[in-house]
Amino acid sequence: MAIKLLLGDEALAQGAIDAGISGCYAYPGTPSTEIMEYFQSSALAAERNLHRQWSCNEKVAMEEALGMSYSGKRAIVCMKHVGLNVAADGFVNAAVTGTNGGLLVVVADDPSMHSSQNEQDSRFYAQFAMIPAFEPTTQQEAYELPKVAFELSEKYRTPVLVRLTTRLSHSRANVQVAESAAAENEGHLPEDARRFILLPGIAKANYKNLCAKQPQLVALSEASAFNRYEDGDDKAWGIIASGIGYNYVQEAFGGKCPYPVLKISQYPLPVKQLRSLLDSCAKIMVVEEGMPFIEQQLRGPLGNDRIHGRLTGDLPRDGELNPRAVMSAFGLPAPASLAPSDLLRARPPRLCDGCPHVNTYEALKAALGFYPGAKVFGDIGCYTLGALPPFQAINSCVDMGASISMAKGATDAGLKPAIAVIGDSTFTHSGMTGVLDAVWENTPMTIIIVDNFTTGMTGGQDSLGTGKLEDICQGLGVKPEHIRVIKPLPGEHEQNVQVLREEIDYQGLSVVISRRECLQTLRRKKSK
Amino acid sequence: MKCDMVLAGVGGQGILTIAALVGKVAMAQGLNVKQSEVHGMAQRGGSVLAHLRLSDAVIHSDLIADGTADVVLGMEPMEALRHGPALGKDGVIIANANPVVNIGDYPELAQVHEAIKGFPHHVLVDGEALAKEAGSVRSVNMVLLGTLSSFLPLPEELFTKAIAETFARKGEEIVAMNMKAFAAGRQAAKN
Repeated sequence: MAIKLLLGDEALAQGAIDAGISGCYAYPGTPSTEIMEYFQSSALAAERNLHRQWSCNEKVAMEEALGMSYSGKRAIVCMKHVGLNVAADGFVNAAVTGTNGGLLVVVADDPSMHSSQNEQDSRFYAQFAMIPAFEPTTQQEAYELPKVAFELSEKYRTPVLVRLTTRLSHSRANVQVAESAAAENEGHLPEDARRFILLPGIAKANYKNLCAKQPQLVALSEASAFNRYEDGDDKAWGIIASGIGYNYVQEAFGGKCPYPVLKISQYPLPVKQLRSLLDSCAKIMVVEEGMPFIEQQLRGPLGNDRIHGRLTGDLPRDGELNPRAVMSAFGLPAPASLAPSDLLRARPPRLCDGCPHVNTYEALKAALGFYPGAKVFGDIGCYTLGALPPFQAINSCVDMGASISMAKGATDAGLKPAIAVIGDSTFTHSGMTGVLDAVWENTPMTIIIVDNFTTGMTGGQDSLGTGKLEDICQGLGVKPEHIRVIKPLPGEHEQNVQVLREEIDYQGLSVVISRRECLQTLRRKKSK
Repeated sequence: MKCDMVLAGVGGQGILTIAALVGKVAMAQGLNVKQSEVHGMAQRGGSVLAHLRLSDAVIHSDLIADGTADVVLGMEPMEALRHGPALGKDGVIIANANPVVNIGDYPELAQVHEAIKGFPHHVLVDGEALAKEAGSVRSVNMVLLGTLSSFLPLPEELFTKAIAETFARKGEEIVAMNMKAFAAGRQAAKN
């Protein structure tokens, strides 16, 4: 046994490798990115030639992982919480087909939305799809659970969700790892291949099986070592603490909690243990990271005065947990803490000095000076920072690819001119389909693809359309004379403004590719 | 034994390298370690933060509660001050004196220094000057690591060993320079 200092993401990746995985599929997304990156730098993964390339989006990644599962081998698909929205179709239906080789869907949620548009809680998705979920409390658990989860997945022919959160994904701790990794599965087909064909006739039978499976999944949670009841003499409170919520409870009480604690790291909820806790304690405090998933089920639609947590104001309704918030919930005295100095000034995120997006936005702003009614629909990436001063150049940012589709919808509504700004990786993720719509209707709008040859915000991963964007746009039907390429540099400013004005004036679909390599990836390449 | 430290700065200042080195030393001592960091949008050019916890007992929370940190280390003075509330009453605030002024309304530096000196236990280090003496401005984080190390219950030799191992692939000159910077920072704590 060796001891390594691993991020929660890395611990999970190593655990999957040691459990005999054959492939990792993923699209970059904070806080999940490091899982695939660990696979990509793992010597053993290279030796075994495990699949470890980035996919162009989470839906494709999900389906690729399902294909590997169909073939009898073990796979994981990794994403951030909003990525599961993109993967949802394959995800929900993989529960209906059932799996063959073990399949883990690893989703890293972002409570407090440090790096996201929302703080949606993936446990709801597992419940919705009627599949088991794990929510590790420590990096050690994140390492140990893939073996257990893969076995469960194969025995019960179900995908399994693994839910991480930022403060586990992006926190390092000592992890005891095994000396060697298990062998991969031999390829083998499903015992009943027809179950993968979701014609209504077959899907109905599958769904009946899925419903029938549920009590077994509850029984598994009740017997699971990942769910643990720790007794306490004082029954004034019964604490339910899931995932890293458990750590904050232990921290708050200095490791000596007087109340019983039910640690939950496997779902569906362990009913027996819950009933026992509710029967033996006066009030229940639910300490969970994310949305009040457990709390609201216990309260039910009619409410329940005995159940406390985020919905009762004992803990903040939104944002991530922290040790002081949990201490406060129990009325524990917290050490004095100085008020912040009033000298402090905010230091918001900003584009790097010399970033190509700066020049693109400067040219765009200059061009739009001539179009007072213009609206710019933005997208997700470093270029989202164009919303902040000094540019304040975009009017929306909603979800991956929404820039193009919203610009089209706005144009349909008569809003002109509508401009979409989208990155190269975002474009191949889910911008191409919006272009197809705009081509179909020859929508008079302008799409600016800011091409820096990378998936930048998440640290510079491969962007699958690099070198192909003009061909893709032409292939989708954009007229070649309205696919323009500009170079975002100070010396090109006047020229770039001119090109933008020409294409905004054009009463048809234009794509302007603003192309210059990301400084950060360029720097890293040079220092190798 | 436990030590909770908040490491803060601006993106690119080498906060995570400091955290990694301390973590390496702590592991060599057989201690438990938890170290959290920020990535993605939370990091792009703005404030960077890492919570680093060492203990010979089990560490529960990955985050350090305000009012309990033993050390707040700021690679940048306003960032050090920003995390003042994290400090416990007997804690020490260590700050690089030189600012990164990438915002329009950066406060008066003298006032920031005064505020830092207002903490009962404080060390203000001229990181860039000491780094230049050691051989390169790029070793400022090694200077601050040196200062930090003098407040940690960890043997100096393990730090020098960790620095040698970490920078080995960059060549002897870089290793030597970083050692010098580390020593200078350690000395600064005594002054």
